[in-house]
Parts: sequence; structure tokens; C-alpha cells
Amino acid sequence: MKYLCLVYLEAQKMRAVPDTECMACGDGLRGRGVLVAAEALQPVETATTVRVRGGRATITDGPFAETKEQLAGFYLVDAANLDEALEIAAKIPPAREGSVEVRPVRQLEA
Amino acid sequence: MTDNDPIARQIEAIYESESRRVLATLIRLLGDFDRAEEALHDAVRAALEQWPRDGVPANPRAWLVSTGRFKAIDGLRRQKRFDPLEAIGDPAEVPSTDPLAWADEESVEDDRLRLIFTCCHPALSPDAQIALTLREVCGLTTEEIARAFLTPASTLAQRIVRAKGKIRDARIPYQVPQREELAERLDAVLRVIYLVFNEGYAASSGTSVVRHDLAAEAIRLGRLLVELLPEPEGMGLLALMLLHESRRAARMSDEGDVILLDEQDRTLWDRGQIAEGVHLVERALRSRRVGPYALQAAIAALHAEAATPADTDWGEVVGLYDVLIRVEPSPVVELNRAVAVAMRDGPAAGLRLIDAIVDRGDLKDYRLLHAARADLYRRLGRVEDAHAAYARALSLTRQEPERRFLERRMREVGRA
Repeated sequence: MKYLCLVYLEAQKMRAVPDTECMACGDGLRGRGVLVAAEALQPVETATTVRVRGGRATITDGPFAETKEQLAGFYLVDAANLDEALEIAAKIPPAREGSVEVRPVRQLEA
Repeated sequence: MTDNDPIARQIEAIYESESRRVLATLIRLLGDFDRAEEALHDAVRAALEQWPRDGVPANPRAWLVSTGRFKAIDGLRRQKRFDPLEAIGDPAEVPSTDPLAWADEESVEDDRLRLIFTCCHPALSPDAQIALTLREVCGLTTEEIARAFLTPASTLAQRIVRAKGKIRDARIPYQVPQREELAERLDAVLRVIYLVFNEGYAASSGTSVVRHDLAAEAIRLGRLLVELLPEPEGMGLLALMLLHESRRAARMSDEGDVILLDEQDRTLWDRGQIAEGVHLVERALRSRRVGPYALQAAIAALHAEAATPADTDWGEVVGLYDVLIRVEPSPVVELNRAVAVAMRDGPAAGLRLIDAIVDRGDLKDYRLLHAARADLYRRLGRVEDAHAAYARALSLTRQEPERRFLERRMREVGRA
């Protein structure tokens, strides 16, 4: 069984934990053979939201607007650029019901 | 260097005509907006140093592109602490080697389109799209944009920085969209241009020459887009803007009061803009892929071509609104159609259609609906109703010239 651990932080605490500590944590879990994938995300200013209604995808800047919505799962995709990532996101079925936030990953700095 | 210096003037003229093209190509070559802007800066500085001494090169655009590119790459190498011995000689000597490779006509024009589509990418907020387009495509300074939009310069600067950060970090591609998504992405570009135009057009209330410039800037952008990508809706939007703009001198009295279409002095209309607009409408309609901008422009063209209000082909206007409602249904379009029907079939027919919109619950607080309704009551001699409708429109309007206009009409109607 796999588990997805989502990290939520207040904006001003996004970089509160040193990257080296995150890397050490990831290395530790990988060493125990339990880590499938783990990434740090760029801050929310870099997010784009896709919605599909009536078969049409609409794209807006920023995270989802409805605060009632919460993260329900994630797909890690490898795309050439944002356009390709948005095209993939529009094909994810829950996009019809809720929304998919597309966020670029951030490279951890050693 | 003085203003009288012919080389300085020539460099300035080259900068005026080429800097946006050079920037668009440098963004492609360097993959980053900020780096490209810095490279453009460095290239221009090098031109100011070298051209007065060595003469203006045969292809100044290619020279600026390759000089900018070289300086940026040189700078990157230095940053990465490359062995200084490996650095390539004097940067200024390199551009002459192969200046045309970077900047042939076709790829440069493609780069301009790439820049437009990237600045208007839907992943950026509408505010950011507008600011970035005016900054990068039109070359307006941050201060100029801030003044035109009555926004603090710091807010605007931050908006642009954030947008460029998102383009870089989220990797928004620097490309013209694929065929299948082109129509939708073109809509976003057209929306940005029309928003810029309306910002300038709506603000022509005397005080602000700067804001008026936005209308001119939008028309310039529209022309550039049609030149690079001759799509019917682009032509439609350019036509629509030109036809609106052609009435600028006639739509406001010397005292700053609004003059409606049927009371305007049509000799003040700009015939050149009308001719260009009408020509573009015809081109757009011939394409048989008619969209909302081309239809609105076709309606504006019918007004523009009528020598007097009575000469307007109202039957044709109503017909175009019928098509527009099918293409893009909206209560506001219905209201405009109702007004045209009133002109064709009399005020009572128009009033019935407006009542139907209100009964459905739409546009209840839309000042122009109440103003239109008041006007139809006035023409029917229903003074009491007209008075009430003008009062309702007045309570909803915030623009000073519009308020004065409604008050004048209200006085003219008098009270029963």
C-alpha cells in the first residue's frame, strides 16, 4: 500500500525547513525502501488551474478559487512545458467535477 | 551625443522600429525575459559606442540580436566562474561573423507572435496579461502603463515581475499555439487587446490624454496581430476598434457632454478609419468563419456608412444582431437588438423586447437598459414612465458625462 504525504504550510513558512533536512529525510526513507516519489513544490504564485465543463477546458491563473475544495490526490507527470502539463491535466477525470492545480516542482538546493 | 547628431538620431530611429523585434528574438535565444531585456540593453549600449565610430551596420537588427546574445552568454559564463582564459575575445568583434543567422525575416516575425501569445497566456491573470503585453510587446514603460491604468507604479512593476517569474518557473512555452488550440488562445489575445482599447476609449472624458493613447496602442497591436496572423476575428476586432475610434471627435461636446450616435455630427467622423474598418469587415466576413468581433464590426460599419441616422439600414442591423445572439448569446446583445428593432418597427416593439429581458430577471441593475427604456417611453409620449426610467438609470450611473446627459434628457421630458 502506498501513501501520499502532502505537506501544507503557511506562505511565510514555505522555506522554514532547510532543504538539506528535506533531502536527508527523503534519503532516509529511500534508504529504507519506502519512498516512491517525493517533491517540494514551487509556491502557490506559480499555480495554474484547469477546469473542464461541457467538454471545454478553461484555464485560469492561480490555485482553485473555491476554498471549500481541498486536495484529493496527485499525479506526477513529466511534461515538456506548462502547455503539455495543462493538456494532460485536462484529461484527468476529476477535472470535470473539481479542479486540477498544476504546479511546477522545485529543485532542492544542496 | 546631442539631438542634432545624425547618427544618434538614426540609432534612436532604429531602436524605435527594431527594439521589440530584437527583444522577441532574444527571448527565444536566451530563454528568459529578464536576461533578454538586459541583453537588449547591452546591445544598444554597444551600438551607441561603436556605430558613431564604425558606422551603422548593414543589418542593424541582426547586429543587435547577435551582440545581445553574445553579451548575455558571456555574462552567464562569467557568472558560472568559467576559466577567464576560455572567454571568447572581445565581444564587440563577434557579431560580424554571422549576423543573419539569428535574425532572418521569417523567424523574427514568428518570434513576435511567440511573444504576443506568451504574454497573453491564460495561465497568467488578465491584469498580468495586459501589463506584460504593453510592457514587452508595445514597449511602454512600467510608469506609462501605471499612469494609463491609474494604478501605482509599484503594483504594476510587481505584477510584471510576478508574471515573468511564473513564465520562467512554471515553464510557459515560448511558442505559437498548435492549430487545434489556436482559436481559443487567439481569443485570449484579442480579449487583452480589446480590454486595452476599452480602457482608453471609455476614458476619453477630457482629462486624460495618456489613457486615450491606450486606444491608439490597442489599434497598433491589432494591426500587428493581423499582419502576423491574418485570422478573421483579428480583422474583426481591428475593424471594430477603428470604427469606434473614427467617431472619437464626434462623441463628446466641447463641454465634455456625451453625444449619442443619432445626434453626432457625422462630418467629424474619420473617413480614413471608416474605410479601413469597412474593408477589414468585408475581408473577415468573406472568410465564412464569422465570430462575434467581426459581427459587431459589421454592425458598426452599417452605422458608419449611413450618411444620416435615418439612412441606417435597421433591418440589416437587426439581422446581424440575430446572428450575433446565436454565436454569442448575452442579455446585453439582446438589449442592443431591442434598440435596433425599435428603430425598425417603432418604440412599442422595442419596449416589448426590453420588458421581456427584465421579466426574465436579467440586467435589472444595468443603467443602459433603463436609459434605453426611458428613451422609448419618451418617444411613445409616456412622460411619467420615461421620468421614472431616467431616474433609475441616473441612480445606477457613476460617470459624470453620462449623468449630465441623463439629467438633460430628464429635463427635456418634463413631468406630466
